Amino acid sequence: MKKIKIKVNGKLKKVNENTKLLNLINSLKIPIKKVAIEVNQEIIDKKKLNRINLKNNDKIEIVHFIGGG
Amino acid sequence: MKKNDLVIANKRFKSRLIVGTGKYRNMQECAKSVKLSGAEIVTVAVRRVNIIDKKKPLLMDYIDPKKITYLPNTAGCFSSEEALRTLRLAREIGGWKLVKLEVLGDKKNLFPEMIETLKSTEVLTKEGFKVMVYCNDDPLMAKRLENVGACAIMPLAAPIGSGLGILNKVNIRIIRTQTKLPLIIDAGLGQASDATIAMELGCDGVLVNTAIAKAKKPFQMALAFKDAVKAGRHSYLSGRIEKSLVGSRSSPSKGII
Repeated sequence: MKKIKIKVNGKLKKVNENTKLLNLINSLKIPIKKVAIEVNQEIIDKKKLNRINLKNNDKIEIVHFIGGG
Repeated sequence: MKKNDLVIANKRFKSRLIVGTGKYRNMQECAKSVKLSGAEIVTVAVRRVNIIDKKKPLLMDYIDPKKITYLPNTAGCFSSEEALRTLRLAREIGGWKLVKLEVLGDKKNLFPEMIETLKSTEVLTKEGFKVMVYCNDDPLMAKRLENVGACAIMPLAAPIGSGLGILNKVNIRIIRTQTKLPLIIDAGLGQASDATIAMELGCDGVLVNTAIAKAKKPFQMALAFKDAVKAGRHSYLSGRIEKSLVGSRSSPSKGII
């Protein structure tokens, strides 16, 4: 299967073409309820993660709350 | 005592102390300090998930957002765009609409960039956010923030993390007299008595992070701030005596032997 290059939180990653965003998040063992997700600076509705196919050069940001002032 | 609650964007809080969750040695120390402080609101930052080390402890595992109100903060943002992006992401994590806006303009002193802050307040308010705004101790700018929809005014006491205490009491009093919005001192407090002074000036609350987190004994300082805020509030409400240049004896002169 053809591989594509994506960036997740600034780190380069190779995944199969047509991988769903939901599969990526699950493979990273990310607790979906505790994060927000952006693809190419667009916030993704967490209910629609399985509708999004990752494309070459996609930039994914996964953020959560940490200690801060 | 309901009358004495802190009300922000129609939400009631018993404690008038808000604490930050940064700079602690570890999550346990942070969680225990928050508990001892009695705070019901904590500020939190939005940052990338560590996708390599998944065993890193999560804040939500130590401080339950169902029990303590998380106040997402844009600390570290130096433009309106960055701040808006951060708070939109914060809302997406779990529906947070009450947020703290902080747009910095100066990497050394961490002073707020007020033009960007004002712009961001307006945009966020229009998007339905309830925006508590970190700002300079400038009465004119505080008024403008109020006019564009801020839900709380949060002037600095002194530069973030400086521990200098309230540098311009006069401006804080002027801001107090001009607004009915919650007025919360944010940044620069160094010790518990600084919080008492803020409350005696008529502030509705204080936000403290470094002064507790970096104290030699954070747990004891958390307790001190809890008591100091209460003392200052009581003192403010009790109506202090007038200052006088002459003495006034406390014991009656009649019946002296």
